[in-house]
Amino acid sequence: MMMADSGSNEEVAVIVNTDITSTESENNLINTMVERGTALLRKMEINVAEAEKRTGKNTVNMQETYTVYLIEIRPAETVPEGGTPATPDTLWRRYSEFELLRTYLLVTYPYIIIPPLPEKRAEFVWHKLAADNLDPDFVERRRVGLENFLLRVASHPVLSNDKIFFLFLTEEKGWREAVLETGFQDKVDSRLKSLSAMFRVKNPDKRFTALKHYSDELNTVISQLLRVRVKVADRLYGVYKVHGNYGRVFSEWSAIEKEMGDGLQSAGHHMDTYAASIDDILEEEEHYADQLKEYLFYTDAVRSVCRKHELIQYELEMVAQDLVHKKQQKEELATGTVRIFSLKGMTSKLFGQESQEQRESRLAALEQSIQEGEEILKEKNTECGEFVQTAWEDIERFKEQKDKDLREALISYAIMQISMCKKGIQVWSNAKECFNKI
Amino acid sequence: MSGQTVHADFSGHMLDLDEDEDLEVFSKNTSLADGSPMPNSPSSMVNQYRLEEEEEQEQQDANARDLFVSVDNPESHVTAIETFIMYRVVTKTTRSEFDSSEFEVRRRYQDFLWLRSRLEENHPTLIVHPLPEKFVMKGMVERFNDDFIETRRKALHRFLNKISVHPILSYSQHFKVFLTAEELMSHRKQGPGFLSRMGETVRAVANSVRGLRSRPEEFTLMQEYVDDFSNKICSVDKVTQRIIKEQREYLDELKQYSPTYSQWAGSEEELAEPLRGVASCVERCGLETEEQIQHLSEVLVPALHEYVLCAETLKAVMRRRDNIQVEFEAKNEALASRRVDQEALQDEVDVLADRVELANNALKGDWSRWQNSMRTDLKSAFLSTAEKNVEYYEQCLAVWESFLLSQRAEPSEQNAGEDAS
Repeated sequence: MMMADSGSNEEVAVIVNTDITSTESENNLINTMVERGTALLRKMEINVAEAEKRTGKNTVNMQETYTVYLIEIRPAETVPEGGTPATPDTLWRRYSEFELLRTYLLVTYPYIIIPPLPEKRAEFVWHKLAADNLDPDFVERRRVGLENFLLRVASHPVLSNDKIFFLFLTEEKGWREAVLETGFQDKVDSRLKSLSAMFRVKNPDKRFTALKHYSDELNTVISQLLRVRVKVADRLYGVYKVHGNYGRVFSEWSAIEKEMGDGLQSAGHHMDTYAASIDDILEEEEHYADQLKEYLFYTDAVRSVCRKHELIQYELEMVAQDLVHKKQQKEELATGTVRIFSLKGMTSKLFGQESQEQRESRLAALEQSIQEGEEILKEKNTECGEFVQTAWEDIERFKEQKDKDLREALISYAIMQISMCKKGIQVWSNAKECFNKI
Repeated sequence: MSGQTVHADFSGHMLDLDEDEDLEVFSKNTSLADGSPMPNSPSSMVNQYRLEEEEEQEQQDANARDLFVSVDNPESHVTAIETFIMYRVVTKTTRSEFDSSEFEVRRRYQDFLWLRSRLEENHPTLIVHPLPEKFVMKGMVERFNDDFIETRRKALHRFLNKISVHPILSYSQHFKVFLTAEELMSHRKQGPGFLSRMGETVRAVANSVRGLRSRPEEFTLMQEYVDDFSNKICSVDKVTQRIIKEQREYLDELKQYSPTYSQWAGSEEELAEPLRGVASCVERCGLETEEQIQHLSEVLVPALHEYVLCAETLKAVMRRRDNIQVEFEAKNEALASRRVDQEALQDEVDVLADRVELANNALKGDWSRWQNSMRTDLKSAFLSTAEKNVEYYEQCLAVWESFLLSQRAEPSEQNAGEDAS
């Protein structure tokens, strides 16, 4: 294991630049997405550049304050040396429009793991202030999350080609109508029904079952991690801030001492610095939490793909079962044996056999029904097969993406810890110098 | 040990005129270091002391100490009536006053209390280092809890060491008895008993009712300092306690991280390795945090606590000095009123006047000594804390850097590395 031998005093070879800032690592993430050259991203650069507060009347004619986000689109060609970048096309979107877009995608591509949106309301917050939707820090993190969402969709091999998505980025006014015109709303209702329905699949696909379990596990463990993080952050905040009291007391104490005064006073200043440093540290950590949260929300998307597959599988099984039933009925009718209980069979026993004509017309009807049934079965089979194939392609893609992204997240967490340690070393070394002067 | 400091408190002390140690000491040092005859006036002696104080400190440090004391080996001692702890006190010395060069005795906390109260009685305006408290109020620590005993033992050790380097107190007869007598109880019964001590207290109270006429400027300043210092040191102590509390709570939460990361690793394939890496890092940082908390508790807290107690000692010393002055002033006033027997009273007043002068000089002498000691002790404690904190962050840094290195390595390199290790 290459993990550190704790007591090892050997100089570890210089680590690759660990002074990377969170914005840099964020950019790294975005860059990897862009590298996955979809046609869309080859054409354009997408940014969510700003956020602005607006007030307006809502649907029930009440005054409300909401935030809008500025989407910037730039042509992706490189700018020549000394040239000015082209002015971007821009439009404003609010969070609810992003939600609408996502719902449309969910319904239209049920076999795709649709990237999640940043949370609507701040959860897993360590400091109660940041729970307010209008809090600038929250808004800023949401801006980043929305940009992330757009880039994820834009870098997806299937989703990036969607027309409605393209219109979302380019058509400020007419977009809402365009979405509604697709008639996706109808599918929304049936989708909701299917997601909540209870049914039992006879032959569950082992891969999907395993995936669902994994997704549930991931959800549980990330939730747990986020909860712990909040508590740890809270406590760490306390530790750092209490040191600020040293600053105050040392300063007061230095006033009554002759020889000790200077040393105490300057040590006190470093204690103040130490206490203040926690704010930035925890702000950076929010970024890590956001990366975890994205995958927490991803688990919902994975779950719904599994669910959709279950539904299709169930419908297929129902259709197949129905067909088998009908074929058996036909056989009985043809051979005259009653193997399966049927009302017709019973009544004919009681009230006498039916006529030849009647039998033949019934057979014909059954024959048709069977033919139709076989058509449907074929369709369903194809549908199921296609679903499984496309879904599984996306699942593999998702797994790779997840492993890469989360590994990067863990690395950036380590970088953050290193930065925090370096600050600590700095402050306490300085304090030590001051104590030396006492 | 240089001679100047000794005079500061030769005994005109009303209770202990028969105390050998002071007279002995007095007669031994009949000249100053530079060979000039001993000056007569106390104030010039003080001036002498002040000038050479720095030198003396250095000299003391440079010279080999001739008295070493240690406190160790606490053992439970059970009798029919009670259970208590006996500590072993080992003395090594080259001083001629001692019959041997090595002594080993067993002492209990009460014995230390006895020693200290005798020292304070004999030297009311010297700053006698405080003892650890009788009981621990906070935390409901059981009396014979191991940590409590160890903390107390360290404090008792420090107490005896402070006495042993004190230019006056270390020559106290009581101190010698404490260090050498096989059995202390018989010595404890001797000497001015409870009643005479009571008498002193009553007198002191009576005098303080009368009130101090005018405190010399320097002692007023000293009093102000003592009050301020007491406030500040108590604050620093409180802040430190609070930090420890917060650190402990932080550590409790931190401990939840590692099992969660490990649990996650269990359901992953590619991610399992980095996740386990992070779990391990967090666990190691947790251990470092525990060590850091321990260091605070063992180094900074006791040092601060000692000086919180010192502040109380200083206040008591100031009070006693004031009382001595008050006593003199009372008698002096009586003299001036011409209503009493002048001659007899004049002698008394003279004695009391000397007493005041000696008390003041003793305090002045010991004052800068104490300040230096305080500065040294607290500087050392703060330095140690800062160093430990630097070390803490350095260790954690190494942990995370090593993780980073393992992640940045190429998979093939990584495997090679794993094979190698």
